[in-house]
Amino acid sequence: MKSESAKDVHKLIAWAKLWQAGFIILGVLSLLVGIVTLVALLADMFIKGGPLISWRFFTSFPSRNAEEAGILSAWVGSLLVMFVTALAAIPLGIASGIYLEEYARKNWIADLIEINVANLAGVPSIIYGLLALGLFVYAFHLGDTVLTAGLTLAILVLPVVIVTTREAIRAVPSSIREASYALGSSKWQTIRSHVLPYGMGGILTGVIVALSRAIGETAPLITIGALTFIAFLPDSPVQSQFPYISFAWLMSPFTVLPIQMFNWVSRPQPEFQLNAAAAGVVLVGMTLLVNGLAIYLRYQFRKGIKW
Amino acid sequence: MVGKNPENISALQTDQTKALVRNLDFFYGDNHALKDINMPVYANKVTALIGPSGCGKTTLLRCFNRMHDLYPGNRYKGEILLGEDQKQSNILSKQVDPIEVRMNIGMVFQKPNPFPKSIYENIAYGLKIRGHSRSFIDDKVEYSLRNAALWDEVKDRLQDLAVNLSGGQQQRLCIARAMATDPEIILFDEPTSALDPIATLSIEQLILELKDQVTVLIVTHNMQQAVRVSNYTAFMYLGRLIEFDTTAKIFAKPAVKETADYVSGKFG
Amino acid sequence: MIDQPIKSTLAKSKPSNLVRNLQEKLIEFLLFLAASSSVAITIGIIYILISESVSFFQEVSLVEFLTGTEWTPLFADAKYGIWALLAGTIVTTAVALFVAIPIGTISAVYLSEFAPEKLREIVKPCLEILAGIPSVVYGYFALLFVTPLLQRFLSDLPSFNMLSPGLVTGIMIIPFISSISEDSMRAVPASLREGSYAMGATRLQTAWSVVLPASLSGISAAYILGISRAVGITMIVAIAGGLQPNFTWNPMESAATIATFIVSVSLGDLPHGTIEYQSIFAAGITLFVITLITNIIGHFISKRYREIY
Repeated sequence: MKSESAKDVHKLIAWAKLWQAGFIILGVLSLLVGIVTLVALLADMFIKGGPLISWRFFTSFPSRNAEEAGILSAWVGSLLVMFVTALAAIPLGIASGIYLEEYARKNWIADLIEINVANLAGVPSIIYGLLALGLFVYAFHLGDTVLTAGLTLAILVLPVVIVTTREAIRAVPSSIREASYALGSSKWQTIRSHVLPYGMGGILTGVIVALSRAIGETAPLITIGALTFIAFLPDSPVQSQFPYISFAWLMSPFTVLPIQMFNWVSRPQPEFQLNAAAAGVVLVGMTLLVNGLAIYLRYQFRKGIKW
Repeated sequence: MVGKNPENISALQTDQTKALVRNLDFFYGDNHALKDINMPVYANKVTALIGPSGCGKTTLLRCFNRMHDLYPGNRYKGEILLGEDQKQSNILSKQVDPIEVRMNIGMVFQKPNPFPKSIYENIAYGLKIRGHSRSFIDDKVEYSLRNAALWDEVKDRLQDLAVNLSGGQQQRLCIARAMATDPEIILFDEPTSALDPIATLSIEQLILELKDQVTVLIVTHNMQQAVRVSNYTAFMYLGRLIEFDTTAKIFAKPAVKETADYVSGKFG
Repeated sequence: MIDQPIKSTLAKSKPSNLVRNLQEKLIEFLLFLAASSSVAITIGIIYILISESVSFFQEVSLVEFLTGTEWTPLFADAKYGIWALLAGTIVTTAVALFVAIPIGTISAVYLSEFAPEKLREIVKPCLEILAGIPSVVYGYFALLFVTPLLQRFLSDLPSFNMLSPGLVTGIMIIPFISSISEDSMRAVPASLREGSYAMGATRLQTAWSVVLPASLSGISAAYILGISRAVGITMIVAIAGGLQPNFTWNPMESAATIATFIVSVSLGDLPHGTIEYQSIFAAGITLFVITLITNIIGHFISKRYREIY
């Protein structure tokens, strides 16, 4: 039973290759869509906003006058909010990741937590804003403060920290754990002195990616009622008088960079839209810097540890 | 060395050459993996490639269907001439499309690798690529499954996923898949190394039956398997072909000391 | 498990072991508390959304909410028909997926099966950057770059419309879809690909007939993630889509989505306990249920088509 008729193999292959060439063109075009957009977005913002970026822009408060307006309260606010977010999300997220990966037995509680974390990662950020509004602002009476904003974003990025911590820990080979146990270490000693240090590269990368996401978040902070016109700075955490450290800034009203940018974009006057572009340049610059740091760290840790 | 000159093997004169490897060198980047290989592959016979791990037997096998072309940095030198004596063409030539080579030379892998499709679709895959009609494919699927002694086991569940078959059945399916397109040569790369002894036996049985229809080239690390299934055996060592002869001769009275040491189990 | 205690010197706990065991237990308990916090968050979300919505539905009938097509909370005769917001959500999501699914999938196939290693190394970080840009920046881009660009071809396109933010949202979620799809395609074992090449298949035939079916689980998970992202996207549509609720299926019109309605209400002064305040929670619970259902469907699709090689 040989072939029904002598097919022209060459013609067949030529057609198959023509299709393939067509697909390759399509593939390159698809990639270009994303990349051209990225370039257009960055170029448009830099051209419009770049000239406005100056020392004055960083050191001025927002103003009714577009030329005098700056982002001082916004970047200070972003920094303080990020500080609270990091302080809350990092320990909680890493601890959860350790528990789920190293301690959790295979039972329904562990399953529940696991499914729950996966689902939380898919919840739209605006919903976290509603949670924060109902819980932090009204139930706990924390108001629309730096503390509320920091906690809101911490909850928002917690799933990211948990998931990346688990992945990083999982990548540590079990032979290393067994070697530690064989030397008489307890479980926690093994985790603290072997699993965590070796997984630190991945954990750190995850934490930074999470924070870079938090920097750009806008919607949940609008929900909790972040003001957009703040012409003052929160109390400095460091004071010249005893006890030298103040926590008043935690309860201070705030604005952050994305909200400031949103405010400027929403105004009809073209001068403010230039300000929005400049704020966008700073915001994207910050995100890129943080992401670049994550990529660099990942590279360094990958290079350092081999098994 | 006897192996260097297949033409000198008097006992082989009656067999037709299906393919001829001439002065073949192969490089993985800077790694000179095959060195000056010369050997015939006889039509409708089973030729076994044996040798210790890393000797280049799988590398040589994968030259026959240009699998090395899939990965950058690989380089051939020399020729593999395919076809009956009068119309031989070098399948390693840059002018020859590797896809065309693979349309004429089938392959069965170490681990059974059925596609994540139905049993029917697995067999039909190669035929669809070759642009055959539906009715032809239907006939051919049944024929190939019967040929691979699988038809009775799967005829009622042709639409089931192939991955649900047992390991031995999967491997027979892969053989049926390769045979469905009527290849001139079928390459086996240690086809039973992932299987249990009973499944191994059925695959070996199948290989013996196949040689009436096709020329078989098989890499095996199991010397008993080479004795059981092959007519000719090539012993390779460190990227060189040390000896090529009838299987009976290689295992009974090899001409080269390394071959004798290997087949008697002194190394490998 | 050992039922009988081992009779040896090892069996006697020394005091130092006791302290250590206590410490171990304490640490495990603290870690457990941390892990439970995520469950507490979910409970918190559900509790807040439900408790505020309950008050809302005492004022507004559930039937009117679920079937109405007018959303006019500020009118004297206030109407709360979620379809006015849902239509906007569906239209922007559909526009976004119309862009992201084909482009994301083709990019993934190209990157996984065709692209040279060098190109992958350049393109992948670029896509990561695309995914990392804050949504408010995309909003700016949609309003002040894409809309004017579209208006050159579509002269009657208003300054606020759903088309432009939908397209930009689509581009924003391309990286999510392409990177998850690509990961699952690259996880397809080389032996399957070689099996296909050995049959004489081209790369495209192999990608289409072997790699895609084998990675269906990961690809569908990617689509689901894309959908739940697009549904929840807020700032892009809030900036470029206009904030007026508008029951329309025409992407060329301006409209609000569920998420942008919440934002627009929050921008104003929002007295606690009023019906406007409660309405954003009613809208929120709708959005939450939609994403929950999407995620559950995704979960089952992944299970149904789990990797089968």
